[in-house]
Amino acid sequence: MFLINCPFCGEREQSEFKAGGEAHIVRPKQPTELSDDEWAEYLFMRKNIKGVQYERWNHIHGCRKWFNIVRDTSNDEIKAVYKMGEKPPI
Amino acid sequence: MKKKLRVKRSKHIDETYKISFKFNGKLYYGFKGDTLASALLANDIHLVGRSFKYHRPRGIMTAGSEEPNAIVQLHKISPWTEPNVRATEVEIYEGLEASSQNCWPSVNFDIGGINNFLSPLLPAGFYYKTFMWPASFWEKYEYFIRKSAGLGKSPTKPDPDIYEHRYIHCDVLVIGAGISGIISAKTAAKNGFKTLLVDEKPYLGGSTIYQNSEYFKINNQNSGSWLEKEINEIKKIENLEIKTRTSVAAYHGYNYLLARENLTDYLPIERRKNKTRHKLLKIRAKKVITATGSIERPLIFNNNDRPGILLSSAIKKYADLFGVACGEKNILFTNNDSAYETAISLIQKGINVEAIVDNREEVDSKLIYEVEKNNVKIFKGHTIINTYGYRRINKISIMQLSKDGQNVIGSKIDLLCDCLGISGGWTPAVHLFTQSGGKLKFRDEDQVFIPNVYPSDQISVGACNGDLTLNSILMNVPKSLKDFLNIKDKDNVYENFDVLSSYNNFKRNIWLLPSDKVLGKTKSFVDYQNDATAKDIKLALREGFKSIEHVKRYTTTGMGTDQGKLGNMHALGIIAETSEVKMGELGTTTFRPPYTPLTFGTIVGRNVGEYFDAYRKTPIHEWHVKNSAKFENVGQWKRAWYYPKNNENMFQAVQRESKAARESAGILDASTLGKIDIQGTDASEFLNRVYTNAWSKLQIGKCRYGLMLNEDGMVYDDGVTTRLGENHYLMTTTTGGAANVLGKLEDYLQTEWPELDVYLTSVTDHFATISVCGPNSKKIISGIFPGLDLSDKNFPHMSFKKTKIGKIHCRIMRISFTGEQSYEINVQANFGKSVWEKCMEVGKNYNITPYGTETMHLLRAEKGFIIIGQDTDGTITPIDLQMDWIVSKKKYDFIGKRSLYRSDTIRGDRKQLVGLLTDNPNEILEEGAQIVADINKSPIEMLGHVTSSYFSPNLKKSIALGVVKGGKNMLGQKLIIPMENKKINVTITDPVFLDKENKRLNA
Ligand SMILES: [Zn+2]
Repeated sequence: MFLINCPFCGEREQSEFKAGGEAHIVRPKQPTELSDDEWAEYLFMRKNIKGVQYERWNHIHGCRKWFNIVRDTSNDEIKAVYKMGEKPPI
Repeated sequence: MKKKLRVKRSKHIDETYKISFKFNGKLYYGFKGDTLASALLANDIHLVGRSFKYHRPRGIMTAGSEEPNAIVQLHKISPWTEPNVRATEVEIYEGLEASSQNCWPSVNFDIGGINNFLSPLLPAGFYYKTFMWPASFWEKYEYFIRKSAGLGKSPTKPDPDIYEHRYIHCDVLVIGAGISGIISAKTAAKNGFKTLLVDEKPYLGGSTIYQNSEYFKINNQNSGSWLEKEINEIKKIENLEIKTRTSVAAYHGYNYLLARENLTDYLPIERRKNKTRHKLLKIRAKKVITATGSIERPLIFNNNDRPGILLSSAIKKYADLFGVACGEKNILFTNNDSAYETAISLIQKGINVEAIVDNREEVDSKLIYEVEKNNVKIFKGHTIINTYGYRRINKISIMQLSKDGQNVIGSKIDLLCDCLGISGGWTPAVHLFTQSGGKLKFRDEDQVFIPNVYPSDQISVGACNGDLTLNSILMNVPKSLKDFLNIKDKDNVYENFDVLSSYNNFKRNIWLLPSDKVLGKTKSFVDYQNDATAKDIKLALREGFKSIEHVKRYTTTGMGTDQGKLGNMHALGIIAETSEVKMGELGTTTFRPPYTPLTFGTIVGRNVGEYFDAYRKTPIHEWHVKNSAKFENVGQWKRAWYYPKNNENMFQAVQRESKAARESAGILDASTLGKIDIQGTDASEFLNRVYTNAWSKLQIGKCRYGLMLNEDGMVYDDGVTTRLGENHYLMTTTTGGAANVLGKLEDYLQTEWPELDVYLTSVTDHFATISVCGPNSKKIISGIFPGLDLSDKNFPHMSFKKTKIGKIHCRIMRISFTGEQSYEINVQANFGKSVWEKCMEVGKNYNITPYGTETMHLLRAEKGFIIIGQDTDGTITPIDLQMDWIVSKKKYDFIGKRSLYRSDTIRGDRKQLVGLLTDNPNEILEEGAQIVADINKSPIEMLGHVTSSYFSPNLKKSIALGVVKGGKNMLGQKLIIPMENKKINVTITDPVFLDKENKRLNA
């Protein structure tokens, strides 16, 4: 179990958080204009990297805010935490 | 004649405190301080169990948690009985009862022992190969195999003990209280770190504490006395917490560790009452110092598993710490100096050492001179080629080793003995380090894996870091601590030591020792607990297994409860040698938590019985209990399921409740429905985006049903939302979906549409919801709210009014999930019960009948209303539900819209919701039953399944809902539901069975 530094609350146990999958996948503004393939790309395709990955997390048993983290999935090292809408610091 | 095996007073043993215990039904005595193993050895008992596969007699091999053989069952009577306990770790207490496992009918005569002679039939992979034998063979022997196999018996009654969990936060955790751990704990604590020191044993000091020989000295005191003083000193340090009998089970990332603190297992059972048995410590440490020491390696030679064969270090520990001689005629077999330490300890105590067999040709150390001085015969350059004695070793044969160590030469010499100590050098205990994600490196000089790359803020020190001599420990440990803890020179706790260590580090490592017989004719055990031999490993390699992980599984090496703490290195060594790969390149198998087994009680802690999960009760719960409701779990909620009267069964109660609701009036506690208060200037736009239908034009005071999809187009949740004001809505969700729906809405608001001015508040617990339905519901509501105009014009279906009972504010929604005219009263939760009682009182004249979730499900099924999660399963779109009417064609976008015309979602042969009527109206279908058209074709094509099924008392026939491939266009078609012993004919119908015209809603 790792520790996550919530940008709103500070460092807390992983069990207070919920993982929300890959970060920076933006919902298309005009879904109706997309082909099946383009829509499927948004809907289904995720990278699932072994190594440095950008992820969404939610402090679900805390402030309930969503934010992003940069995590090395091979050793769970969290390299950065940043708020929604911000550019990844690394 | 009885042997005298208690040799000399030991500080650890209190000989004035006699303790009686039973082993295999016979009464024995030991002393306070004894383990079960030491007490048995003192009673000249070596044979304690049978091995798993061949049922070979096995004895106590070690003196610690690495024990593979001496695992016993404690107490015969449930709930106290406990299997798979290591005799080497059990501290004896008055009344202790232990018995051998894995033998039937007894340890001395075991039917499974025949496996030993069948062993050519039981090679590596025998579990896999067994199932390929002719089935008839298996059936015949299964009974006996089952009866004679297995490790111990589980208790059959609930665990009576109390277990707890405790969180601990510390600056420094030190694992292991041997000499390195004590030095570490003192250094950390003296430098102001809040320190926790844990050790699995009941005493501190590891193996140094009983080291009282002249050959190992620190600052001119023998090392044991020196350490004792250190221990006495650290006990006084305030910021140091010390826990004995505490075994670290798991080392996870970010220095999160689990340890089991054993609090009562050493007490007689009657003294354990009302005490916590184990505490699971959940430790988060800023820094971790692992000082777990090392485990002595056995040697792999023919018949190296007989009772009476122990690790040399264990023989030393039994003599030094417990004052017990393991035998009267001891022989030691070694490839390093450790056995000479043992010999000196034995000689000092007057225990006879017959001979030492040493692999090494040329050896030279003070220890050896000392042993030679005592006229012990030393066979240099020799190896054991065989051992004898069925229930106890009585003889060994030795021969000279060839120069390369691969063969034996010369002639055979037989030596008599009743105990054999073996020493193959030392293996650093890196288990916890690797659990934490640490990477090892191989040190060629002495063939050991040692820590290399640390994944978190931690170090390994002492023997577990490869410092295997007193010299190197005292030289390296303080130095590493200084760096690790950033200690300035002036704050140094330890200055230079004056160390005398007579140990010569030279070892002759031969993974598999040769015999005068070919390998195929020998039994050289690598994994004692699982009976994996060197031959098995070589066979696995011959059969094509290359990866160490595969060889491990095929031969079951290292897969016992001891995880192969003794033999894993030899398995690796034999594989490396045979396949000519370097050890460092071969890698190791993964050590997994727990380090030693935990009982389930420890893992579960207090979360048993009613504390297993939190449960939620509605404000009206007590009324339901008083009125003998049966309850159903819905998520964490306890919901009234049905209210049996006069010994009714569930079917009868539900039939009665359902009739009453349609004929006069029913009342339901709907408080568990999720309620989300939605406010903000963009609230309407927000609803437009999350529901499939349009919301902007909904008038204030009106209600609307909404369907929510996932982005993949599948139905996610549903419920009625009421517009309370221009920018104010109250959304209801399904009971089970409430938390997830709120989470999903928050997700979209925060991440996709942060520009929207919308605020969400969960108000599920703030309101009690009482639903009154039926043709007389209007009369009852007017009785409760005499001032309220209930005319259909003023208060039509799908609208809402604010009103009061006395001073209590109420929101009333006229909405229906049953198809009957129906009113939902929402009041502040703490008034819920009194308003409910008021409804019951006013409704008395109309036979108002409380109904539970089962009747609610039946009533809605009559009307063809779906239940999310029962009629849908995450693969159903609104179009599949024949609910096209709720999907807005005009709206540009909403969650899931684009997915509704993906190539997959527009297929005509998707499973679609239909009604099902049985040809026999009294036949009730089973929910989940498969629906087919043709049962003669093989395999039978499954067209769909039944999702909801009831006997409708109002329609007087069986009704069901189901999903069927292309069902939308199959109205009137006959299908078959094949059951185990019959087939049921059904006809596809419209899913709405009752009041298609909605006359009852507006009656
Ligand atoms: Zn937070």
